[in-house]
Amino acid sequence: MSPLPWLQHLIVVPVLLPLLVGALLIPVNQKRHTLKFAFSLASGVLLWAVAVALLLMADGEHWPDGIGVYLAANWAAPFGIVLMVDRLAALMLVLTATIALAVMVFSAQRWDRVGVNFHSLFQFLLMGLNGAFLTNDLFNLFVFFEVMLAASYGLVLHGYNLRRIQAGMQYVAVNLVASLLFLIGVALIYAAAGTLNIADLATRVATLGPQDAWLLRIGAVVLALAFLTKGAMWPLGFWLPTTYASASAPVGAMLVLMTKVGVYAVLRVWLAVFGEGGADGAGALAGFGFAALTVGGMATVLFGAIGMLASEDGGRMAGYGAIVSSGTLLAAIGHGGDGVLASGLYYLLGSTLAMAAFMLLIELAERIRPPGAALIAITMEAFAIEDKPEDPVGVGIPGTLAFLGLSFAACALVISGMPPLAGFVAKFSLFHAMLASAATTPGGVPASTWLLIALIVLAGLAAIIALMRLGVRIFWASGAVTPPRLQVSEAAPVSALVLLCVLLTLQAGAVFDYLARTVAGLSRSADYSARVLGEPPVLRAPAGESLR
Amino acid sequence: MEMVIAIAVGVMFASGIWLILRPRTFQLIIGLMLMSYAVNIFIFAMGRLWVDKPPITPLPDIDPAQFADPLPQGLVLTAIVIGFATTALYLVMMIGARGLTGSDHVDGEEPRE
Repeated sequence: MSPLPWLQHLIVVPVLLPLLVGALLIPVNQKRHTLKFAFSLASGVLLWAVAVALLLMADGEHWPDGIGVYLAANWAAPFGIVLMVDRLAALMLVLTATIALAVMVFSAQRWDRVGVNFHSLFQFLLMGLNGAFLTNDLFNLFVFFEVMLAASYGLVLHGYNLRRIQAGMQYVAVNLVASLLFLIGVALIYAAAGTLNIADLATRVATLGPQDAWLLRIGAVVLALAFLTKGAMWPLGFWLPTTYASASAPVGAMLVLMTKVGVYAVLRVWLAVFGEGGADGAGALAGFGFAALTVGGMATVLFGAIGMLASEDGGRMAGYGAIVSSGTLLAAIGHGGDGVLASGLYYLLGSTLAMAAFMLLIELAERIRPPGAALIAITMEAFAIEDKPEDPVGVGIPGTLAFLGLSFAACALVISGMPPLAGFVAKFSLFHAMLASAATTPGGVPASTWLLIALIVLAGLAAIIALMRLGVRIFWASGAVTPPRLQVSEAAPVSALVLLCVLLTLQAGAVFDYLARTVAGLSRSADYSARVLGEPPVLRAPAGESLR
Repeated sequence: MEMVIAIAVGVMFASGIWLILRPRTFQLIIGLMLMSYAVNIFIFAMGRLWVDKPPITPLPDIDPAQFADPLPQGLVLTAIVIGFATTALYLVMMIGARGLTGSDHVDGEEPRE
């Protein structure tokens, strides 16, 4: 057999590249921040290019079934660790790389200098995120979760002040306990099924005896507790608003992405293992847990909506907004059906982009109010940084207030799901798909679907009230408004993210086509298992025979 | 043997849960460590308990029932390393918090009476 085509190695690049760049940046002196930033940015651009290439390959004819498989260390599945990229994984990679680029550029102005090793930690965070999206092995998923979390612990504390320490202590403690639960779940699943490869697990789940099936159920529930703690499902998400509110703006934007990893893990594992698309279905275990996801999602939406109304500052409001969006997604996964899932994924794209932009925007907008500057001075002092960041260089952009106001309004529209932007399209298609899927079943639309729709509408209303109140307070009611000086490098990422939301709305047709193909691939889990387990290792030429 | 291991895991985990619900960071970290010991032994036991069975197979023609399952042993090594690292990281944070807040309460401030 011919050696592995080099394009195949692209699958492992999103994990290796940030690891190497992050490690390389550690010994570089903190004072050479321009160099660090340049390396970090180059890695970000490359990651973005690789992610887009993977997306095109997964969506094209490059791989059968649109699933690329990479056997780490050339061990065939299920004995070795398998990295796997399909349309969903590629989409998440592109989303991660896009937000990461925006955040990187944003942080170059100031945030990468309020503490040490910002760029290294950031690269490790990217490595963990990308790995979690790519891996097809539950234990490997744990490892990448830990990489991501360890980096996020450092980043949450970045710019070390009292508030961040207090929030960080709780964030770390909660996540350490969640990691232990993750391990228990993984161990139970291994004990029940004898495998940790998700594709292999999906084929074995139907053949388990009743005793092992119960063990698997328990394992899956414990595992889901760990995922849902990251995904902030009620009542596991109380850590989230405080952490968001206290984290620095760029880190907050990345945290928005991290909650989606929990949701992604649930989606990936549940659809493959307990979905109904397998060769012989999941047997007695088919559909296990989906109802709990629906109920949990609904409770989460309600909790998030109330929280949004009750919160005073922007960071906390964004935290509750992320909880609402997690809840909506979980409920969509629980509801099931191809159309609902596709709409849910569209909602994920729009809400994540808007929320990340919102986190960055809040920090800029808070500068209208005077105390913003004091906070930075304190953190600088606590961290004993001698060289104060020099006065902002570069061009201040005119019309800052107009820019901030417009961006704020756009984010608010997407987050609350008002027309004409992506949030509205997402919610509308979500409702449409839910009602359409209920129309084919006898007995009409079930009450739970109506309740879910009502809750999502209510959450939208709560969001628009809360955001309007915040907007009025920031832009109109703060007395003598001094337009803050914004730098292009701070305004550009925000406007890029907002423009992406607009683009997502304009290109909704194309995006929905892609998502429909994504969901169709996800629901054929038998093909997926066959693809992953059937990938042949590269055979080496026997020793002595020369390489061709 | 199964009973002894089960009781040990249960007692350690229960003590850990009680400790992480306490208000002081020292109690919290001891609780986390106890829980992670319990989890490590639990993973190890999930490969079934064996005595005097080698985990590595020497030859292709063997009866797998005569060998211990090596995978959980590999998993538990990884879990121990990761658990150790994250606990150490948390310890550093704790010391930082103690220095900055002057309190060893998990909220970073003494509860108001």
